[in-house]
Amino acid sequence: MSNGLPAGPAPRRIYEPWDDSQAKALLSISNVSRSYGSVTAVDQVSLDIYAGEFFALLGPSGCGKTTLLRILAGFERPQSGRVTLDGADMTEVPPYRRPVNMMFQSYALFPHMTVEDNIAFGLRQEGTPSREIKRRVAEALDLVQLETYGKRKPHQLSGGQKQRVALARSLVKRPKLLLLDEPLGALDRKLREETQFELMTIQERVGITFVIVTHDQDEAMTMASRIAVMDRGRIAQVATPTEIYEQPNSRYVATFIGSVNIFEGNLVVEGGKSLVRSAEAGCDIALAQAPALAAGHRVWVAVRPEKFEIARDTTPSGATNCVSGVVWDIGYLGNLSTYRVKLDSGKIVIATEANRTRLTERTITWEDRVTLRWTPQAGVALLS
Amino acid sequence: MSFGSATQEATKARWSARAAVILSALRATLSAWPPSRWLMHLVASRGPSGRALAISLPYAWLLVFFLAPFAIVLKISFSEADVAIPPYTAIFGFVDDLESLYVEIKLNLSNYVLLVEDSLYYRAYLNSLRIAAISTALTLAVGLPLAYAMARAPQRWRGTLLMMVILPFWTSSLIRVYAWIGILKNEGLLNGFLQWLGIINEPLAIMNFDIAVYIGIVYSYLPFMVLPLYASLEKLDLSLLEAAADLGCRPIKAFWVITVPLAMPGIIAGCFLVFIPVVGEVVIPDLLGGSETLMIGKTLWSEFFNNHDWPVASAVAIILLLVLVVPIVLFQRHQAARQEAAR
Repeated sequence: MSNGLPAGPAPRRIYEPWDDSQAKALLSISNVSRSYGSVTAVDQVSLDIYAGEFFALLGPSGCGKTTLLRILAGFERPQSGRVTLDGADMTEVPPYRRPVNMMFQSYALFPHMTVEDNIAFGLRQEGTPSREIKRRVAEALDLVQLETYGKRKPHQLSGGQKQRVALARSLVKRPKLLLLDEPLGALDRKLREETQFELMTIQERVGITFVIVTHDQDEAMTMASRIAVMDRGRIAQVATPTEIYEQPNSRYVATFIGSVNIFEGNLVVEGGKSLVRSAEAGCDIALAQAPALAAGHRVWVAVRPEKFEIARDTTPSGATNCVSGVVWDIGYLGNLSTYRVKLDSGKIVIATEANRTRLTERTITWEDRVTLRWTPQAGVALLS
Repeated sequence: MSFGSATQEATKARWSARAAVILSALRATLSAWPPSRWLMHLVASRGPSGRALAISLPYAWLLVFFLAPFAIVLKISFSEADVAIPPYTAIFGFVDDLESLYVEIKLNLSNYVLLVEDSLYYRAYLNSLRIAAISTALTLAVGLPLAYAMARAPQRWRGTLLMMVILPFWTSSLIRVYAWIGILKNEGLLNGFLQWLGIINEPLAIMNFDIAVYIGIVYSYLPFMVLPLYASLEKLDLSLLEAAADLGCRPIKAFWVITVPLAMPGIIAGCFLVFIPVVGEVVIPDLLGGSETLMIGKTLWSEFFNNHDWPVASAVAIILLLVLVVPIVLFQRHQAARQEAAR
């Protein structure tokens, strides 16, 4: 990452191997497809995942993310394409010979074995000496803070404890790659949030590459170094959480992550500058990065609700990046207030405002006429 | 022992000798059978009187069909054989010696002494246990792959496969055992087929040997093994096998360390359901086995029908019951533990 920065305090090291053309991927998925009958679960997927990443496969149910994970584990054979792990072709390798472990959504703990035996199971298959097994099982139990639970059977554990045992069992063999299938799906909300950070801490401690499947965007945003958003078997976008949120490449990605307002319009060029003329918005939209396309091209502009500046005035419309309408609905969420504003075009726009001061009286209320402004940096042009 | 006209009586004798055994096994299965539980629940929900009725019903059943016959058999076992109707002496007698009237109880232990002294009986007992143990193992060896295949078959096939296992039991077991004679005898279908193929030149000596008895028992008792095995294998969560593979365990090993231990309740139940009735089996060894095939059920039958020695036959039955009490109690305990665990 050192690219001629001035000497002095060491530059903050940022982990971004995917931007480094020299970096070698740990896991390469190339043109992998898998279909069941007429349903294509995974369609020509190519992905590179780097050592040390916490990679999230995100998408709604049925988008093929679990099938892709099962291909990586070896439970499913792709009909075409290759999977390479650390330089070795894994495509035809059976699951029991892959240096890959999986944490199952149902945890799949062996009900007839104690916690210790569950964790030791993988090591026993390798013929690890029993003293070594003992030490590593204790280490794994320590890692997930279940030191005193080794002699229990799975049915004597709570959901959260089972989840930790499953994690310990999948980590104890120190796989090159750990696959996690909706690891927090069965936990309640509060425990899930706590566990997210714990998973990140554990991942940093053990230094194993994690690939996680989730349908929960908050989970992916919180934990992942990069996210692949999947849509009907294909990868819609692969990027860091920030990029996914701020620079979505399609309406699908923009709407899947967080809430967003999308204005449809056409490119116009005025005075050498590209603008998006939108009937829906009732104004021209200036963009910091306008797409380099001919005038007349259809584009969509995505603006996140929190990027709006909401004000109670009645500036005549016509100004760029400024829409006006009537407050239709207000949602008070404590930390935020959400305004649903009905524009003159009939489109409903969502704007949020942080409640920085204690709210005693609203300055904006129902039926008020308001304007929403945003900067050219706030909007993103989408071509699909 | 000729079977031509005596087949019906033979069946009767077989059933009466084994009634106790079957009843007790039945009771265990019945109490786990959903409709009977629902019925009990329905009766119980109708208040205290309903509850008393619900409890008294199985007890009354046991009293009439289990305890009473047992008491009668026990009584006969302590009497002496006699040429009379019924062919045994009374145990209880009234004695009136002018001064007082009292009841005299004569317990004749010679029947039991005979069982100990005559090696025929304990050899028959041991041989029955041996044959039951071997045929249980064989039934398990055949039933486990069968049940496994059924449990792994596509969902839409499973009902049909189950039906195919159960269906033969809608016809008489006697007829089906007879059919095996046609298959196994020297000029039977099997030998004919093998000779036609040229694999053998002389017929295999199967019929009238122990091997024919094993074949008959495995065939007849297979459903008792397959059904409990299927029930526990079908419940097995397949992701456990995936987890085992994921952790480096080959499929064959996973079968032994994951599938078999988790199917153990079904394996144990199936083994008991085969072992217990086979110990007292009479028709199969009689029809398919030779004179060398010594089984206690056959001994009991010949004491009863050939020698008309009801007291010795009863003593044989009582001892058989005592021998079987151990596995029956083990089985009951296992069932109870299973229900406890399922809670």
